[in-house]
Amino acid sequence: MDIRTKTAEVDTATPQATHAPARPDVFEHTAKVFELSGLSVYYGAYRAIRDVDLVVPERRITAFIGPSGCGKTTLLRCFNRMNDLIPSARVEGRISYHGIDLYGEGVDAMEVRTRIGMVFQKPNPFPKSIRDNIAFGPKVLKIKGDHDEIVERSLRRAALWDEVKDRLKDSALGLSGGQQQRLCIARALAVDPEVILMDEPCSALDPIATGRIEDLMEEIKSEYTIIIVTHNMQQAARVSDRCAFFTTEVNERSDTRTGVLVELDRTETIFSNPSDERTEHYITGRFG
Amino acid sequence: MSAFSAGAVEVPDLKRRSSVLSVLKERGFSALLLASVGIAILTLVTLLFQVVVDGAPRLNADLVNNFPSSRPARAGIQSAIWGTVWVMGIVAATCIPLGVGAAIYLEEYADNSRWYNRLIEVNIQNLAAVPSIVYGILGLAFLARGFLDLGFTVLTGALTLSLLVLPVVIIASREAIRAVPRSLREAALALGATPWQTVSRQVLPAAVPGIATGAILALSRAIGEAAPLLLLGALSFITFNPDGLDSQFTVLPIQIFGYISRPQAEFKVVAAAAIVVLLAILLVMNSIAIMVRNRYGRRW
Amino acid sequence: MAAIEGAVAPRPVVNLGATKNRYGEKLVLALLFGCAALSVGTTVAIVVSLLRPTVEFFDEVGIVEFLTGRVWSPLFASPSFGVLPLVSATLLITAIALAVALPVGLAAAIYLSEYARPRVRRVLKPTLEVLAGIPTVVYGFFALTFVTPLLQDIWLVGDPPAIFNAMSAGLVMGIMIVPTVASVSEDAMSAVPQALRNGAAALGSTRLQISTRVVVPAALSGIVAAFVLGFSRAIGETMIVLIAAGITPTLSINPAKAMQTMTAFIGQAGLGDQSTGSTGYKTIFAVGSLLFAATFLVNMVSIRLVRRYREVYE
Repeated sequence: MDIRTKTAEVDTATPQATHAPARPDVFEHTAKVFELSGLSVYYGAYRAIRDVDLVVPERRITAFIGPSGCGKTTLLRCFNRMNDLIPSARVEGRISYHGIDLYGEGVDAMEVRTRIGMVFQKPNPFPKSIRDNIAFGPKVLKIKGDHDEIVERSLRRAALWDEVKDRLKDSALGLSGGQQQRLCIARALAVDPEVILMDEPCSALDPIATGRIEDLMEEIKSEYTIIIVTHNMQQAARVSDRCAFFTTEVNERSDTRTGVLVELDRTETIFSNPSDERTEHYITGRFG
Repeated sequence: MSAFSAGAVEVPDLKRRSSVLSVLKERGFSALLLASVGIAILTLVTLLFQVVVDGAPRLNADLVNNFPSSRPARAGIQSAIWGTVWVMGIVAATCIPLGVGAAIYLEEYADNSRWYNRLIEVNIQNLAAVPSIVYGILGLAFLARGFLDLGFTVLTGALTLSLLVLPVVIIASREAIRAVPRSLREAALALGATPWQTVSRQVLPAAVPGIATGAILALSRAIGEAAPLLLLGALSFITFNPDGLDSQFTVLPIQIFGYISRPQAEFKVVAAAAIVVLLAILLVMNSIAIMVRNRYGRRW
Repeated sequence: MAAIEGAVAPRPVVNLGATKNRYGEKLVLALLFGCAALSVGTTVAIVVSLLRPTVEFFDEVGIVEFLTGRVWSPLFASPSFGVLPLVSATLLITAIALAVALPVGLAAAIYLSEYARPRVRRVLKPTLEVLAGIPTVVYGFFALTFVTPLLQDIWLVGDPPAIFNAMSAGLVMGIMIVPTVASVSEDAMSAVPQALRNGAAALGSTRLQISTRVVVPAALSGIVAAFVLGFSRAIGETMIVLIAAGITPTLSINPAKAMQTMTAFIGQAGLGDQSTGSTGYKTIFAVGSLLFAATFLVNMVSIRLVRRYREVYE
C-alpha cells in the first residue's frame, strides 16, 4: 500500500480549475480494468445517465458518489451487463473491459458476470443453506475441485467462517443482516471474479455491520478491483482510493433528470480540493 | 376553541347532525350487504346439510365397494372412484408440467412487446372462460374420434380435462413465480448463472408452494367436472375398474349424474351418498392446499 | 512504474465470448415456448373441431332455418332444426341466474372490500371460495331435490313449477356464480387507491356514500367485467340445467316450465350414440359453435374491461 501511495503522489497532476476529460489520469500507470467513453444509458426514450468517460484502475477501490437519482446504480449495472435484464434499457457509447467492448458482438453476458461479481443493496441470500449459497456459483459454472474447500476459502475470505462454520447446513436466512451481506460477498468471491461491483452494500446495515464490511473491503482490495456505489460520503472517504462524483441535470423542457459525471479523482483530492464547485457544494452539504 | 371574541363564534357541534332517515339508510345498507353474504353462506350450509341427510342411509362400505347395479340397494361407486383416481393421475401428470412450463415462459422469458406473446396471454384468459362442454366437443372431435382416434378411453377423458384446467394451472403458477423477488434472480444471474439455471435452481424451488396450491385447486376442479365427459362415453354402465390407458371408464361426478337421472327415488339416495364421498375428497384436497400454503408459503 | 505497481501479476488476457454453446438453454426455451403455445393450439383445435362439422351441417340445414326456426327436434324421424327454443331457454335461465348473482355478488364484494373487519374477511372469503369449488353436478342435485320441491310449495302465480323447470336451475346457478362476481368485483374495488376513499372521508362522507359514490364508480369497469364473466359462466353451465331444467326444448318465457338450454342439448345429444357424420351428430357442433362464439365475444369484452381498470390503477 505504501508503494502505491508514494507513486501516486509522484504522479499527481495539478488539479485543473475546470472539468476537462482530457486531464491526465492520476492512476494511469496502473492497469486499466475498465475504460468508459461517451457512455449513456437509456430507459426507452429517457436518458438516465449521459456521456460518461472514466477509467477504473486495477486492484483499487473506486467509489461512485452523488445525490440519489443521478444514475450511479444504473451505470454500475452496465459493468456486468445486469441492465440486459431490463428490456427497455439501452446502452450507447463504449465500456471496455481489458480492451474488450462489453457490449460488443460475441460477448456473452454470462461470461462477463463470472468475471465481474456483484453485491446488492439489500442482502439477497438464496433461501437455502449457507453452504449451498456459496456452492451455487461453482456448481452452475461447473468449476472443478472440492466445493467444500471453495466454501471454506470463500467464507474465510469474507471473514464469516468462524461465525458460521458449525452451521453450514442452516438456512442463510437465519443470519443477521450484516452476516447475510458478508455471505453475499463470499458467494461472489466463490466464483473467483476479478472485479466486484458493490451497489450501496451497507445501506441496509447498522454501523457495526457496516464497519465489518468496510474492513473486509480493505482486506480484499489487494486482490480484487472494487467499484462501490454509496450515498454515504464518509464511507467513500474511508474506503475508496478514487472517487467519481455524479450529479443530475434537469432538463427544463421535458422535466426529466439525467445523470452526469462531474469529476473523477483521487479520493483525497475530491474531499479536500475538488476542482468543480458542484462537487464542493455536495461534499460540504450545500447541495443534494 | 380560542375565539377572537367569545360571543361571536358558535361552538361547533361535532355530534352527528344526520337525520334519522340517513342513519336508517346507513344501517339498512350495511344490513343488506350482510344479508347478501348471508344468503350465499346459508345456501352453502343448506346444501351440505341436505346432501348428508339424503345420503346418510347409503353411507356405508357397500357404497365404495360395490359396482353400479340396477338395484339401488346394491349400487355402488367403486368403478367411479377408481376411474377418478386414474383420470386425476393422468391430468396431474400432463397439466402440471405443461402449465408450469407455460407459466415460466410467460413470466421469465416472454417479451411482452411481441404480438405472439400477447396473443398467448389473451388466449389463455379466454380459454379459462370457455364453457367446459366445449372442451367435451374438442375431446370428441379431436381426441376420441377424428385426429387422434383414441376412442372413449381413460386417456381421452383425462387429456380433455387436462386441457380444461390448464389455464387454471398456468394462471396460478404465474402468480407464484411472479411473487419470487427479483433480487433472487439477480443474485443468481450476477454469479454468471444462465437464465434456465436461475429459473430451475432458484426461482422454481421458491415458487413451489404457490404452484402446488394452484395445481391442487386445478385438480379439484377437474375432479368435480362432468360436462365434457358426457360426450366422451363416460356415462356407461361400467362394472370394472380401469386397467390401462385404453380402458373404458366412468368418474364420480358422471356416476352421480347417472344415479340422479334414474327414475327410482332410491337412486337419489345413492347419488347423495356418492356426493358426500366426492365432497370429502375435495375437502381433503383443499385442506392439503391450505396446509401447503400455510406451512411452506413464504412471505417475501 | 508499471513494474512497481505490478506487485501482483496481471491477469491473463480475457476472452468474453461464450465458452459453451448452451444448446440446452435454447432447447429449454423452445420447450417452454411450446407449452405456452399449446394454449393457442387448443383454441385452434377447438375452432377446427367445431367449424368443419358446422359447415357440413349448414350444407344440410339452412342457416336461416337454424337461426330463426321455432321448433327444435333434431333427433326425431322428421327433424326440425330451429335453435330458438335452446337460445331462449339459455337466455331465460341466464337472466334468472344473473338476477341472483349480480346483486348478491356485488353486495358481497362491497361488504368484503369496504365493511368487513380483517378478521371477518379472513373467514368469509375462503367460505365464498368453497361455494366456487362445489362441483356443478352437486348444485344440480340440490336444485332438483331441494329447491324445486321448495318452489312447488311456495309458488304463488300460475301453475306450480314442473319437476324440471327453469326457475330452480336459474336460482341455483345464480348462487354458484356469486363467488365469481364477488371475487372479480372485489379485486377491482381493492385496486381503487385508498387516497380516493380518504378524500371522500375527509369531506365528511359516510361509508355508504364512499362505497356507492366513490368506490363503485371508480371500480366500475372491473365490476362490469365481473358481471360479464358471470354471464359467460351462466350461458356455459351444463350440469345444473341438464339435471334441473330438463331436456324438453320449449320456446317459452314461463320459468315454471321445463326447458333445454344449448349446453344441455349438447350434453344430452352426446350421451346418445350418434353415429359420426349423421346430421344428428353434426347438430352438436352447430350448437357448440353458437355457444363458443357467444362466450368468446363475452370473454373478450371482459378481458378488455379488466385490462382497462388495471391500466388506470396499477
